[in-house]
Amino acid sequence: MARYLLRRSALLIVTLFITSLIIFALTQLVPGDVARLILGRDASPEALQALREEFGLNKPAPEQYTNWLMGFVSGDWGRSFTGGNQQVRPLVIERVGNSLRLAAMTLAISVPLSVALGVIAALKENTWLDSLISVFSLSVVGLPEFVTGLVLINGVALGVRSLGLPATAAVPDNTLASWVNQLILPSLTATFVLLGYISRLTRAGVLDELKKPYVRTAALKGLKPRTVIVKHVLRNALLPTITVIALSFGWLVGGLVVIESVYNYPGLGALIVDAAKKKNLFVLQASVMVTVFFLAFANLIADILYAVFNPRIRLE
Amino acid sequence: MQNVPVVEAHHLCIDYFLGNRWVNAIRDVSLIIQPLEIHGLVGESGSGKSTLALALMRYLAKNARISSGEIRLDGSDLLGRSEREMSDIWGRQLSLVPQDPLAALNPSYRVGDQIAEISQRHDGLPRRAAWKRAVEMLERVRIADPEAVARKYPHQLSGGMQQRVTIAMALSTRPRLLVLDEPTTALDVTTEASILDLFRDLIHENQAAALYVSHNLGVIAQMCDRVTVLYAGEVMASGPITELYGSPVHPYTISLLASIPQPVGGTETRLPTIDGLAPSLADRPSGCTFAPRCPVAQDLCHAEKPPLEVIHDGQWVKCHRWREIATGSLTPLTTPIEVQANSAAPEDDQYVLNGNGLDKRFGQLSWWSHLRRQSGSVQALDDVTVRVRRHSTLGLVGESGSGKTTLARCIVGLETADDGDLTLLDLPISRVLAERPQDARRALQMVFQNPNDTLNPYHTIGQALSRTLRRLSAVTLSEEQIQSRVRELLDMVRLPTDYINRYPGELSGGEKQRAAIARAFATQPELVIADEPTSALDVSVQAVILNLLKDLRAAGNASYIFISHDLRAVGYLADWLMVMYLGQVVEEGTLDQVYSSPSHPYTEVLISAIPIPDPQIKQGRICLDGDIPSAANVPAGCRFHTRCPRKIGMICEQQEPPWQDASDGHRIRCHIPPDELAQLQSAASAQPLERR
Repeated sequence: MARYLLRRSALLIVTLFITSLIIFALTQLVPGDVARLILGRDASPEALQALREEFGLNKPAPEQYTNWLMGFVSGDWGRSFTGGNQQVRPLVIERVGNSLRLAAMTLAISVPLSVALGVIAALKENTWLDSLISVFSLSVVGLPEFVTGLVLINGVALGVRSLGLPATAAVPDNTLASWVNQLILPSLTATFVLLGYISRLTRAGVLDELKKPYVRTAALKGLKPRTVIVKHVLRNALLPTITVIALSFGWLVGGLVVIESVYNYPGLGALIVDAAKKKNLFVLQASVMVTVFFLAFANLIADILYAVFNPRIRLE
Repeated sequence: MQNVPVVEAHHLCIDYFLGNRWVNAIRDVSLIIQPLEIHGLVGESGSGKSTLALALMRYLAKNARISSGEIRLDGSDLLGRSEREMSDIWGRQLSLVPQDPLAALNPSYRVGDQIAEISQRHDGLPRRAAWKRAVEMLERVRIADPEAVARKYPHQLSGGMQQRVTIAMALSTRPRLLVLDEPTTALDVTTEASILDLFRDLIHENQAAALYVSHNLGVIAQMCDRVTVLYAGEVMASGPITELYGSPVHPYTISLLASIPQPVGGTETRLPTIDGLAPSLADRPSGCTFAPRCPVAQDLCHAEKPPLEVIHDGQWVKCHRWREIATGSLTPLTTPIEVQANSAAPEDDQYVLNGNGLDKRFGQLSWWSHLRRQSGSVQALDDVTVRVRRHSTLGLVGESGSGKTTLARCIVGLETADDGDLTLLDLPISRVLAERPQDARRALQMVFQNPNDTLNPYHTIGQALSRTLRRLSAVTLSEEQIQSRVRELLDMVRLPTDYINRYPGELSGGEKQRAAIARAFATQPELVIADEPTSALDVSVQAVILNLLKDLRAAGNASYIFISHDLRAVGYLADWLMVMYLGQVVEEGTLDQVYSSPSHPYTEVLISAIPIPDPQIKQGRICLDGDIPSAANVPAGCRFHTRCPRKIGMICEQQEPPWQDASDGHRIRCHIPPDELAQLQSAASAQPLERR
């Protein structure tokens, strides 16, 4: 297990390195001069030159990349081109914190909800309840986030004022009320995206397991039907679900671009879009690196969890 | 209490909801099991024996229902119970030992926990006490290191160990009835033998009654006191085991018993067979269910269902003509016509195939693992020499893991042997399939174990056969020639011509295997390797396939390598036998030489392990300790020494035994000289395989 972890961690670092190369190459390929973009069309050649020198943009590309990489590894992630040239690292870390809050809230809602729906659908296979759950989860998956987001804003936040939910989401402080108040609508929007996948997967997993002979063994031991389902069936049926949940965590941290825009929430996704638009090179590099890290990390966690819960993998 | 049966079922009918209607599966079945009785339930696949066995426990599939009849457990009604009441009875009074133990155990829990669960549920034991009890139970099913095994997960145990775990589970309460649903079908013969002994002891120890479901007539004969024969959901015959086997009166029972292969080797004797197929549930004949396949059916049989008649106390039969059969005036057996041999008997000096010093390792060591001194590689074949005479059949026997399939795959080229030479008709051929000439590929064909997996489900039988012809024929055939050859092939394996347009899914298991045989024979091969071709099939179907293989051998040019763990099936076809153990040949000789003493101790064990389908012969089985060692960790010296009942001392552990000549051509790889072996074996009580 330790060796496996070591190998996977090494792979993660390689992944990050390759990602950084790709991002850097992309920023080089995109047309447009960064200095002119920042200083505006009327900037003097001297001012442009000074800015380029300040951020090292006048050096050859390989050197720029090496400089950035050395800096990134040693903790100096560079400075932003805009907004008072603040340090990139605290900025990105703050945004990661915000995104993690939203991700946590979303998982807290979506996992119990969609697993429960999936299990119920499987146990009530081919009944009206199963159909209802299928129709509901599939139709919310089909809707893009900006649609469900706007529906929730207009229908709930603006529609039912008595609830007192804000139309835009701010970073919550450390009270439960504030978390629910600020994050419930964006989390629900993200939940709708996940709900279909997780509940369908859970349903399929439970149905698969129910057919297996060990379920009969458990029933013929005289165990209560509830014990058979909860202890024996779910233990195995949820294995693939756990993997998908872990994977979606990576997406929740770095990929909620649309939802963050709709709710004007200062997360990592919004930061990436903003940096890309303004060719804010160091911010873009750092935030994409962090996003990729979380995606790869979630992947690793998914594999580890799968092995931990599955003795057939854990014990070869 | 003495007179109350443990379980009785009266006029039981079970239906399945198929398509959109209820279809009757079990029809008017009555069954009585007395205390301490082991009751056998015999039938072929689809006969409904598992459905019936589970129904006696009142466990039904979701789409099944008991439409009429009654079931009583210790005299009290079972059908009227609620689910909750049943869950108190299941596991306490009624226990199941399932067919496939790995699938029947939850992969995610330690086996100790899975056993403990029962005492926690029924005896209210706390966790720790239940665990202790589970360990005790594992000890009772003769597991050497119960503490360690209890902490293992199912996949970490061998098949025999897994089955012991399920037995421990079933017996951890004191059940009134134990239902054993083909509990040894998935196991090797040697493992089966030790599990059967365990059953017999434990069932008696536990004072339980048992229902033993099996398609294996040998196992039933050795295990049971009474037996019920089921055909297409109906009882055909029922009675005490000695009478049912000794003087059967139902044509189906007679045919089934007759279709068990005998060791007759190269001779042209054929097995009696049962023509046709079992009827599907949906359209069963209105008369006697067996009439369409019965060799002695009359008009009455087709018109009217025979009643279940009492022959004498405790023996029933459902046949219009049983009296004629009982008096001996009627013999209901079909013996197929023998095909005239057009080719000579085995030619002694001419070999189709010669393989010398074949080696095969799986999981080659990489430079990295060499560096780390890891051993992960498995020696599947070690210096195997194999020769097949023209027009003869080489039988290859051994437990799973002995390397017999690997040898076959290396010969046809599906695997590449690491070392050794192969010659086909005196011409050297490469070990690598891609380097073999087209002719060599054509000449070596294989029939696989599971016909369901070997035919492409999206190709019709005609497409499968014509594709083989197109790709492998020696000469280019026109489309018409191909089509006529396909029809010839179907005819040869006795499939109707209109099967050309059928898909494998529309064929029964036996028919699929016939199609697979037709494919192997399509290009007139020199050597056909049949790898367990009948072990996935029913007894009656097995007889048909074995006969077919014999006919094809007589009519054509081909020689065979016949691989099986079933020494009976091998003995029916083969004239030369090779016994393999852990990648090595340990004995070879003619059928007679290998079957009689002296033989290698391993062969002796294998032969003694086969359950004899005759309840009169009480077998003195030699049981092996433990399972076949892992091929990744082959024992030093003689490979068999860890399990050998005739081990003589340190020499077995240290030195690899030499080949010893027993008589002409008969070789045994053992430290004990052949004449000493012969003495030991004739002194032993072990019954030789009977020959009729």
